[in-house]
Amino acid sequence: MSGYSTYKPQSPFMQWLERRLPIASLIHSSFIAYPTPRNLNYWWTFGGILTFMLGVQIVTGVVLAMHYTPQVDFAFDSVESIMRDVNYGWLLRYIHANGASFFFLAVYIHIARGMYYGSYKEPREVLWILGVILYLLMVVTGFMGYVLPWGQMSFWAATVITNLFSALPGIGDPIVTWLWGGYAVGNPTLNRFYSLHYLLPFIIAGVVVLHIWALHVVGQNNPTGVEPKTEKDTVAFTPYATVKDAFFIGLFCILFAYFIFYIPNYLQHSDNYIPANPGQTPTHIVPEWYYLPFYAILRAIPNKLAGVIALGLAIISLAFLPWLDTSRVRSANYRPAYRVFLLVFFAAVIGLGYLGSQEPTGGYVIAARILTLYYFGFLYVILPLLGLFETTKPLPNSISESVLREGSPAGASAPASGA
Amino acid sequence: MKFHRMKFPRGILALAVAAALTAFGSFAVRAQEADAPPRLSWSFAGPFGIYDPAQLQRGFKIYREVCSNCHSLKLVSFRNLADPGGPGFTEAQAAAIAASFQVTAGPNDQGQMYQRPGQIADYFPPPFPNEQAARAALGGKLPPDMSTLAKARSYEWGFPWFILDAFRMYQEDGPDYIHAIITGYTDPPPGFVLPPGGQYNKYFPGHAIGMPKPLSDGQVQYTDGTPMTVDQYGRDVAAFLMWAAEPTLDARKRLGFQVMIFLIVFTGLLYFTKKRVWHDVLHDAELQRPRAPTEYQH
Repeated sequence: MSGYSTYKPQSPFMQWLERRLPIASLIHSSFIAYPTPRNLNYWWTFGGILTFMLGVQIVTGVVLAMHYTPQVDFAFDSVESIMRDVNYGWLLRYIHANGASFFFLAVYIHIARGMYYGSYKEPREVLWILGVILYLLMVVTGFMGYVLPWGQMSFWAATVITNLFSALPGIGDPIVTWLWGGYAVGNPTLNRFYSLHYLLPFIIAGVVVLHIWALHVVGQNNPTGVEPKTEKDTVAFTPYATVKDAFFIGLFCILFAYFIFYIPNYLQHSDNYIPANPGQTPTHIVPEWYYLPFYAILRAIPNKLAGVIALGLAIISLAFLPWLDTSRVRSANYRPAYRVFLLVFFAAVIGLGYLGSQEPTGGYVIAARILTLYYFGFLYVILPLLGLFETTKPLPNSISESVLREGSPAGASAPASGA
Repeated sequence: MKFHRMKFPRGILALAVAAALTAFGSFAVRAQEADAPPRLSWSFAGPFGIYDPAQLQRGFKIYREVCSNCHSLKLVSFRNLADPGGPGFTEAQAAAIAASFQVTAGPNDQGQMYQRPGQIADYFPPPFPNEQAARAALGGKLPPDMSTLAKARSYEWGFPWFILDAFRMYQEDGPDYIHAIITGYTDPPPGFVLPPGGQYNKYFPGHAIGMPKPLSDGQVQYTDGTPMTVDQYGRDVAAFLMWAAEPTLDARKRLGFQVMIFLIVFTGLLYFTKKRVWHDVLHDAELQRPRAPTEYQH
């Protein structure tokens, strides 16, 4: 994280501190002098948005934890008490509950941007794998958080998801009992989910530090996929990237606030306002929207064990992208065939999400199977072969040249940089 | 910055819409097991919608005279009746309403539980001491608690409504459903076999509802000239239950408007700041100078 800094401590105190703990020059190097490619578009602001959302979730979560009771008889009522009796408790809870959705929305856009512009390719493999680990941690944290209000969907989601492990031959049932802390989802399950839901965000924060560290070692990718070559190709992180990120965080917050204040329960399932009842199964158990594509993959496969393996593989496979993709050209802007296959892949994931929300009957199952096949076919067949056969477009010599070629001619006014 | 990359979102959007339409077109014919509840216009709908205190008071009267015979409201306290953004009772009125209920208190010095008139800090007492007592009295049926009922009921509108409803701020499917149930009692169609103890309701999933028709025209006396019809009763009690489930709705929308104004102004200022900061980069004469490929050999 060092090496870019031109920081020279001025005051005697800062000079004294610099010799003992060079934290000021570290911050200066990482968040002020750090060079970012000048041609980054607004899809690159989602890293900043994600950091912001992690902060929002931790702050609201810590306050919510002051009022929440992780006990099966009181959990539902304590959440309702937060909504009714705690000052601005309704605001905290609606921010936190919708915040999970917006966290996932941002991470999906962030991942899609990485795939579109080939940001996982050499030398950014470790950066990418850390990102997949962060996503996995988010999935686990989000799931456990959803269980805490102890409504009907909380309880039955916990039951269905933990039961997935029972598909493993031999060790499956002992694992499930171990996860539950008993022979059914109950108070020990709720207690440990609460404990882990509080712990994991701090582990996420730790991995975020590694993720940013790795980013600052290899530098950011950019829409051309061509590495910066001259100083003209980059601008300083502050003020250029910070002000751009801040603007887009503002736009993101407007959308976020719209959900919090006007449709706070739009993304929730109404059944979760019914207290958990182990004796009554909801007619239709659905996970939160951000898990639906994987839920569809799980249900598309008739064999339970194979379905669970496919579910795990669907996420883990992302970590292998740097080696599955054989092309040396990064950006999809210069890979016409990859661009089409990738956009179909994104559409397939959205389609799987829709199918995951529907009952698994008839045409829905067939459609889910076709899309699942494409999901894995894209990763394991199309990606490796495409790099060998695809004719790519010529790359620009440099970032500056691409800006020059596609931008306005010298002297003309710059195009508006609106979103 | 040049936005040739805007192809990216538009492409995704087009593909997503195409995929969704295909999915919808192929499988949309799905038997709904209940009729869709009519969508009513509510005073608390939309960005500025708030509760109508007179309507909440009428709804409370229905709850008190009819619903509370079987349904508990255990998360709502008498003091809430005087809270801002609620039915608008004064504190004295709320205390008087509390005193008209008998609540179980104790244990006293002799270790006995006892009955006393309710106080303003008490919660609405349940009609039955426990689930078993309710089932024993009602032929095995358990009426749900009504505290969160209006948020715990909905109707699956399916595609494309679930997308449009986000833009239309539709959050009233609970009250729509409650009103529909209250007005949905009809004779079963020929050939429909009702299970014992069931009533036919065209809006209830599966149609056989355990609750007998709760309200008929003229059953609850209104003194303000509002029509005393089942339809009006349904609207009023559904509005009251929405308030019981979401008592902070008024405060939420008021704060929401302030936050939105702030965010829009602040983000606008950030946009102009960004434009100013990037101006020099985008008008850099040195950058705009054409150069030979050899100049890139660094």
